[in-house]
Amino acid sequence: MNLDLQSWQLLAKVDPLKYPGPAWSPFVVGALIGVLSMFTFYFSNKPLGASTAYARVAGMLGNVVAPGHSRSLKYFKDNPPKFGWELLLVLGVIIGAFVAAWSGGELTGQLLPAMWQERFGPDSALLRIVVAFAGGCLMAFGARMAGGCTSGHGISGTLQLAIGSWISAICFFIGGVITAMLMFAI
Amino acid sequence: MSATLQKPQHDKTSNETTLNETPAILPSSPARTLAPGLFFGIIFGFLLQKGGVAKFHVLIGQLLLKDFTVIKVMLSAVIVGMLGIHLMHHLKLIELHIKPTRIASNSIGGLLFGVGFALSAYCPGTGAAALGQGNFDALAMVIGMIAGSYVFAEASGWISRKIDPIGDNGKITLHDVLPLNRAVVVIGSAAILVIVLVIIEFAAVR
Repeated sequence: MNLDLQSWQLLAKVDPLKYPGPAWSPFVVGALIGVLSMFTFYFSNKPLGASTAYARVAGMLGNVVAPGHSRSLKYFKDNPPKFGWELLLVLGVIIGAFVAAWSGGELTGQLLPAMWQERFGPDSALLRIVVAFAGGCLMAFGARMAGGCTSGHGISGTLQLAIGSWISAICFFIGGVITAMLMFAI
Repeated sequence: MSATLQKPQHDKTSNETTLNETPAILPSSPARTLAPGLFFGIIFGFLLQKGGVAKFHVLIGQLLLKDFTVIKVMLSAVIVGMLGIHLMHHLKLIELHIKPTRIASNSIGGLLFGVGFALSAYCPGTGAAALGQGNFDALAMVIGMIAGSYVFAEASGWISRKIDPIGDNGKITLHDVLPLNRAVVVIGSAAILVIVLVIIEFAAVR
């Protein structure tokens, strides 16, 4: 991997709109997700959410590697890790998205998204891995602290008109917009 | 069919296991809880991908305020869900699941999440969808999320004592703080969000 100044030079200012948009109308998709929320409330007595699944995996791994210590941590005492509905939901998301992408001819099968390559170059794999990993760490920490993510607060919480969810969702976007502008628009 | 509140039989509470005992099989919920979760997840993932929000450039495009697909999906879900869920609750068909309002934790956690969201481009749900779509970089996000969750757990005692209490207002909703009845607030909010969506649809390129 080339580490000289030239390869760190940011390439293009990106235009997301020149890449393809959604396969279906976002309004239809959103409305159907709203209906799906009604189903999960009714049949599973649970709101849609995603970040908890990752915390469950972390806790289960912790229980295998360092059980005494993990079980002493407040978050895991309050939320005993288990292989539950929330984790199955996220596993289902992976499967459902695969079926959707495959059926629509939109499987990507690559490490570096095209627009990332446009900005950071085609040999920026290590950078992408580090940045995505760091992003994941911050999102998990932030979601647990806020009490949910863009699904749990951003959809399920806001539709219930929970004040904390609206505060969280607005902060998600403020933090995201500022960071994305610094990464891609400057 | 009723929304049952029975605790799944296989759940072990921390009282039942000693600290040094690792169960041979990790605790799990029974199949009648898990199967719907998987099914709903498959639908959710399918919809997320068809809605374009498993795509890196769509997600970053939203955060760059160029592509409003993400907001269109989310607000549409919120409008339909808000009306449907409040109606079902009014008809005593469901329970609500309101998360507590803790102003410091919501905002600091929210901002941290936002930074992470822009860095990885994927969020916890859309990242899983992106992985299903074949975006292998989402795997780095997944591993990061597992690691970050554990780091949070390490800090969770301190955060719950020092940060959570700041601006802790409990499980309040908009109709709790407004001197209006719930139906007015729900229908009014949905109407406002519809107007926002119409404006976006006409003002935004995508």
